[in-house]
Amino acid sequence: MAEKKWIPRWFYQLASPRWCYQITGKLLPWFMGTTLLLLLGGTVWALLFAPADYQQGNSFRIIYLHVPAAILAQSAYMLMAVAGAVGLIWKMKVADMVLKSAAPIGASMAVLALLTGAIWGKPTWGSWWVWDARLTSMLILFFLYLGVMALNSAIENESTAAQASAVLALVGLVNIPIIKYSVEWWNTLHQPATFTLTEKPAMPVEMWLPLLVMVIGFYCFFAVSLMQRLRNEIIWRERRTGWVRELLNKQ
Amino acid sequence: MEMKTNSGQQGIGCLFVATCRRECLLSFRRKSDLVNPLIFFLMVATLFPLGVSPDPGFLAQLAPGVVWVAALLATLLSMDALFRSDYEDGSLEQLLLSPQPLFIVVLAKVVTHWMMTGLALTLMAPLLGMMLFLPAEGVPGLMLSLLLGTPTLSLVGAIGAALTVGLKKGGVLISLLVLPLYIPVLIFGSSAVQAAVTGLPLGGYLALLGALLALALVLAPLAISAALRISISS
Repeated sequence: MAEKKWIPRWFYQLASPRWCYQITGKLLPWFMGTTLLLLLGGTVWALLFAPADYQQGNSFRIIYLHVPAAILAQSAYMLMAVAGAVGLIWKMKVADMVLKSAAPIGASMAVLALLTGAIWGKPTWGSWWVWDARLTSMLILFFLYLGVMALNSAIENESTAAQASAVLALVGLVNIPIIKYSVEWWNTLHQPATFTLTEKPAMPVEMWLPLLVMVIGFYCFFAVSLMQRLRNEIIWRERRTGWVRELLNKQ
Repeated sequence: MEMKTNSGQQGIGCLFVATCRRECLLSFRRKSDLVNPLIFFLMVATLFPLGVSPDPGFLAQLAPGVVWVAALLATLLSMDALFRSDYEDGSLEQLLLSPQPLFIVVLAKVVTHWMMTGLALTLMAPLLGMMLFLPAEGVPGLMLSLLLGTPTLSLVGAIGAALTVGLKKGGVLISLLVLPLYIPVLIFGSSAVQAAVTGLPLGGYLALLGALLALALVLAPLAISAALRISISS
């Protein structure tokens, strides 16, 4: 009686810190190259070749940083919460480490989105900050990240810290849609989302294609920095195991 | 068989009532814990006229938000004590080890805690409304919204309390964890009061607060129990 395997093998392999360290080591150069290519190419394309907006002129070009950062800040939270759930359910050490590594990256992306938004808002809306729904919910997302990070650093025991922050991340995940809608009904000034999966973008192709390149580049960048943080974390937590000592002795 | 299920149901009911009674007794024996959040509530509301402006028209505009923010902070302040003393004297560990469903115990603890803080805050709110020149039309809206909103605050705050119960400096951390999660309740609560003041229907806001409460009532005890188990295990 062959049992149906609905969870692939690599999922279990990822649970081994050593295997995870090796596979990320192999993937890292590829992702780094792609990131460099996409971000450089995307930036040059976006800043020099994409057409200027007929209303906002050149100041709109900051969206090529702003939109990817905002998208990534949200995706990183999702990833963090999913990693938390995996860690709680399957008790995987690597998932705990992913949660811990993803939080600071997501938080810095949220800051980047808020900063670029403020820089863009000054010439366009006439003020650095408005209490608009999307800005506010990004700010709240940033607070949620800070909460997870604060809890993680407050608890000394590593596995307790990871479990506690996983619970918090999951509670936050349930809350994010509620916060989003409540804030949206409260006040809205921001334009609707630039990219949606279901509809054709309202921008011309020459404008959104570089944006797409930037978004993918940001995702790759996220993957690179996540992997590097994860590898650091693995080395630190497994510092007492034989393979890490061997690795360190070789260098 | 029938008797068994019957006694099982009775058991859960008994457990709920017994936990509530224990919590009530404990909090009445430490009256200062009971009164402190209420005093805090009053003081925060006093700070606003002093800090902003004593002009009645201006204060009336500010009142719904101020009362709600004060209620939110007062609830938050009282949250840290929810599991703290049980944790310190070891009875929390006994509760976790007992075969009774933790969901019910936790729910009973939070409900009792709400009766001591949230309900008391709701009953005190008209006084604050008067101090801040809230128009009389707004008072029923204020009380109804607090009645529906503060249990959600207690339930969500208890998650934070459960996560930080093992830490010595839990107090500030709780606010960091929980305040972002309080925002929807604050928005709908103060909007309900605003609607009541301007004479608009407030059924929608109350329905939303009720929906949040229903969601929190079902999900929060699960998160609280999980968090308690994690905090105790270390």
